[in-house]
Amino acid sequence: MRIELIKRPQQSALFSAVSPLLALGLTVLAGFVIFSLLGKPPLEALYIYFVEPLSETWQLHELAIKAAPLIMIAVGLSVCYRSNNWNIGAEGQFILGGIAGSLIPILMPGFQNFLTLPLMLLFGFIGGAAMGAVPALLKTRFNTNEILTSLMLVYVAQLFLDWLARGVFRDPNGNNFPGSIRFPSAARLPEIIPSQGSAHLGIVLAVIAAAIVWVMMKYLLRGFEVKVLGGSPRAGRFAGFSSSRMVFFAFILSGGLAGLAGICEVSGAIGQLRETISPGYGFAAIIVAFLGRLNPLGAIAAGFVLALTYLGGEGAQMSLGISDKVARVYQGLLLFFVLGCDTLIHYRIRLVFGDPVKAQG
Amino acid sequence: MDIFQSVLLTIATASTPLLLAAIGELVVERSGVLNLGVEGMMVIGAVCAFAAAYLSGNPWIGVIAGIVAGAVLSLLFGVLALSLATNQVATGLSLTLLGIGLSGMIGENFVGRAGARLPNLDIPVLTDLPLVGRLVFGQDPLFYVSIALTAAVMWFLFRTRTGLTLRAIGDNHKSAHALGINVLKYRYLAVMFGGACAGLAGAHLSLVYTPQWVENMTAGRGWIALALVVFASWRPWRVIGGAYLFGAVTIGQLHAQALGFGIPSQLLSSLPYLATIVVLVLISRDRRLTVMNTPASLAQPFVPDR
Repeated sequence: MRIELIKRPQQSALFSAVSPLLALGLTVLAGFVIFSLLGKPPLEALYIYFVEPLSETWQLHELAIKAAPLIMIAVGLSVCYRSNNWNIGAEGQFILGGIAGSLIPILMPGFQNFLTLPLMLLFGFIGGAAMGAVPALLKTRFNTNEILTSLMLVYVAQLFLDWLARGVFRDPNGNNFPGSIRFPSAARLPEIIPSQGSAHLGIVLAVIAAAIVWVMMKYLLRGFEVKVLGGSPRAGRFAGFSSSRMVFFAFILSGGLAGLAGICEVSGAIGQLRETISPGYGFAAIIVAFLGRLNPLGAIAAGFVLALTYLGGEGAQMSLGISDKVARVYQGLLLFFVLGCDTLIHYRIRLVFGDPVKAQG
Repeated sequence: MDIFQSVLLTIATASTPLLLAAIGELVVERSGVLNLGVEGMMVIGAVCAFAAAYLSGNPWIGVIAGIVAGAVLSLLFGVLALSLATNQVATGLSLTLLGIGLSGMIGENFVGRAGARLPNLDIPVLTDLPLVGRLVFGQDPLFYVSIALTAAVMWFLFRTRTGLTLRAIGDNHKSAHALGINVLKYRYLAVMFGGACAGLAGAHLSLVYTPQWVENMTAGRGWIALALVVFASWRPWRVIGGAYLFGAVTIGQLHAQALGFGIPSQLLSSLPYLATIVVLVLISRDRRLTVMNTPASLAQPFVPDR
């Protein structure tokens, strides 16, 4: 059996809209198979996984907490990937943003006023952007592959955070546990509706970021530049666009937003700098960006879907004893199906059985 | 002198998985395909090898399981990136994410168990030779496999007609297709070879290097292997040099950690990753050299017209 691709004369509008949903459906189906193989009741598991985390208000808040960093990072990544630059080190930029923003409450605990939080967020953005600028600099100056350098920096960032949280930034009164002092309330991102749940302003900032970037991509020259240079660097050069400036723009934007997400997580959800601050948000956000079809608004919806896999994973572990690792498997499969289904936008797929020569005649 | 030999031995052990994974990926990239899923295939190879060896009590069954697991996972990449012509960068990434998740799930019941170690070669008299006896005749079997495999890949790519065809596909898949070569078939085989090698590299980690299963035990080695291919500018013999350089850095920083020196252990642990970046920068600085050596069709999807 062979798979044959037949180019469509033009992009299929139908599959452009349907393909993410198709991918989701296939992932749920795969979940059915996985749960059956694990010997768990598949329907019940799927219910716990995908429906139960949405049934109460406080759970929706939890969902928003998980979705906020995913959306914020994915918005930047979708621009970066559109421009054909491959930043896969968002996890490291997230961490560095968290560190940079935490400098203020840790080093200047007395500095508590209305400027504290905005400055922290600014520092977070700058920290992530600086981390993102490294692969961009290496790519433009030395022609170095940005995929590998940005990824290597993730490990460096993780070890750096570990060193800070166990060493110089450790709370002296923390009984030798790793982790900084708990942030004062002026350095905490406030909760949206404290009476209902613990979701903090991060989700609002993420949605605002998505809206701004969406406007940029749709209406501003810079957005056009991203699309032209991403689609055809040659055409971009003829239009007078600089591809090395685009590399910097893409990496600084995506790195900065990842950093902003990092400080939002630290000051909103966690409240102190710990030795680990991310359950792999930087990598899951890559899936979010693709599931959202590299569109900033699509990233909002996709971010909630991925956040659901995190919550569902926790729920399934508690009530059915299913390993929370299943969430990771789900996320990987989802990206697989998204990419596979996207082929349908440009091609019709035909299965050819038997001898290809005979099949043609 | 015994210390000298034992340091060299540990370097060889640390370098072997890098060499195995990189030599497989080199063949994949020579065929014009970029599979960024090495890390995922490696970690799946590691967990399947450990599980099979633990359950059967025979480490060789573990080795086979690692190879098969890596190849099967690479087939998934093949279906998407080759048959469905998806973006290779994104597909490879998803393979890594899936591999890490799946390995965590499979390995959950094996954490902390004592595994079966693949025994070292032991030839009477020869292995006990002074100075070099253990180095040449007393290492783990996969060390010899990695060297032999590198030699075989060199011979295959540059001395056989099939190897020439494979390189031609990597440089210009359209011309190769026009000459009647089945591009996708070659690429499928290359991708599966790469997967098998990555799986074998993982098996080395969980059966020789540290004979146990630890979640995420590959710790970025798959990515370092990818960097090694670039470092070697797609030449097999240079991969050996690169792999041993990284093995030496890894072992060197471990010894430095043991000795202390007052340097934070985290800084030392990050040395292999920083070294990767430095080496990549040094090697890619010469734009002409990179352009000349990179397979011209690398990472470009190919859809045959009928």
